[in-house]
Amino acid sequence: MMMSFDVLITQIDGLDPDALMRWIANEWVRPEGRAGHYLFQEIDVARVHLIYELREEMEVDEVALPVVLSLLDQVYDLRRRVKAIGEALGEVAAKDVRQAISDQVAEKTRS
Amino acid sequence: MDDPYKTLGVARDASQDAIRQAYRKLAKKHHPDLNPGSAKAEEQFKKIAAANGLLSDPDKRGQYDRGEIDAAGQERAQRPSYREHADGDPGRRYSQGPQGGWGADDLGDIFGSMFGGGGGRRPSASYRSDGDDQRYVLTAEFLEAVNGATRRLTLPDGRVLDVKIPAGATEGLVMRLRGQGGPGSNGGAAGDALIEIHVTPHPFFERSGQDIRLVLPVSLTEAVLGGPVEVRTPRGPVKMQIPPDSDSGTELRLRGRGVPPSKGKAAGDLYATLRVVIGKPDTALTDFIRDWKPHDCLNPRVKMEAVP
Repeated sequence: MMMSFDVLITQIDGLDPDALMRWIANEWVRPEGRAGHYLFQEIDVARVHLIYELREEMEVDEVALPVVLSLLDQVYDLRRRVKAIGEALGEVAAKDVRQAISDQVAEKTRS
Repeated sequence: MDDPYKTLGVARDASQDAIRQAYRKLAKKHHPDLNPGSAKAEEQFKKIAAANGLLSDPDKRGQYDRGEIDAAGQERAQRPSYREHADGDPGRRYSQGPQGGWGADDLGDIFGSMFGGGGGRRPSASYRSDGDDQRYVLTAEFLEAVNGATRRLTLPDGRVLDVKIPAGATEGLVMRLRGQGGPGSNGGAAGDALIEIHVTPHPFFERSGQDIRLVLPVSLTEAVLGGPVEVRTPRGPVKMQIPPDSDSGTELRLRGRGVPPSKGKAAGDLYATLRVVIGKPDTALTDFIRDWKPHDCLNPRVKMEAVP
């Protein structure tokens, strides 16, 4: 479900419209559409919540925020890639090979 | 429900400021979006958020301290989970990785030599493993796919495979040749060769399921007087009778002349759509038409005009 800028502002107590505009301008949030007609997908809404929490509850200021977001985006990127590799193995590799991979990974990552 | 003071690690007489500080410190550590994949962090964060919800509000905190309410039911409103979206396909929106998927080099960066990058460790030889399935693409001519054919395929490792394309094969059909893939190691079985068929289009045949369609050009004489014409079908030419006064666009069916029957599928039909070709200018025809007074002065666009 898509959400407009104005609705999103009312959803988060204390979210300053200027701040959200700034986050969009910095491409920390990337809604569809243009200024005045932004449309936020669910992931954009969740990301605004997250940035708001980073700012307000975790005291990450806007100087440090891009570093945090960049690292976070890389973590999720890796998670999606690893998931894709897992799915690819599931489709291509025989069951015994998958089991062997799974065992070896467990072995190598045991702390 | 745990004691919210213990959850936040503060004394019962802690100031509101100290509670806020404690909450922030713990939220930084346990926020579920910052700890994807850790169910423990998520559980912990829920407790912390609930404890904070209770103690950060001086009224509620007072009620709790006096024993008027308990700590249950203080979970804060469900916030949308960024993790849930970012782990799935929508997460690509904020991807920083290489665009358009990872190649062997990108994978090699993480996985060493396993995906074709140079160097790295040799795979351990200590366990039995079956060979990989190997994928190939075979491009077949339209008629090869319709009628079936045997094609010789030379694999990158020099092996030669005779691939039998079944009659009625469709675009994207994958054939599995057992044991023709990569060799197994330590006694593992060889993998399979998976051969995907791509069908090239035909200049005039078009396939629609088991049926085949073509546009059949006919002369004015053939259209008006009718008569036998020769039609190409996937299995050679056949004679077909054109009824007299056949219009352009008339569809004639040749039963059973489409895609031949294959397991579970009956033979298809061939549909020929007539297209009248007037041909090169002919003064005799032009003169005839000019002097021609049709019985019925029909407007062929009358149906079209009836549509608003």
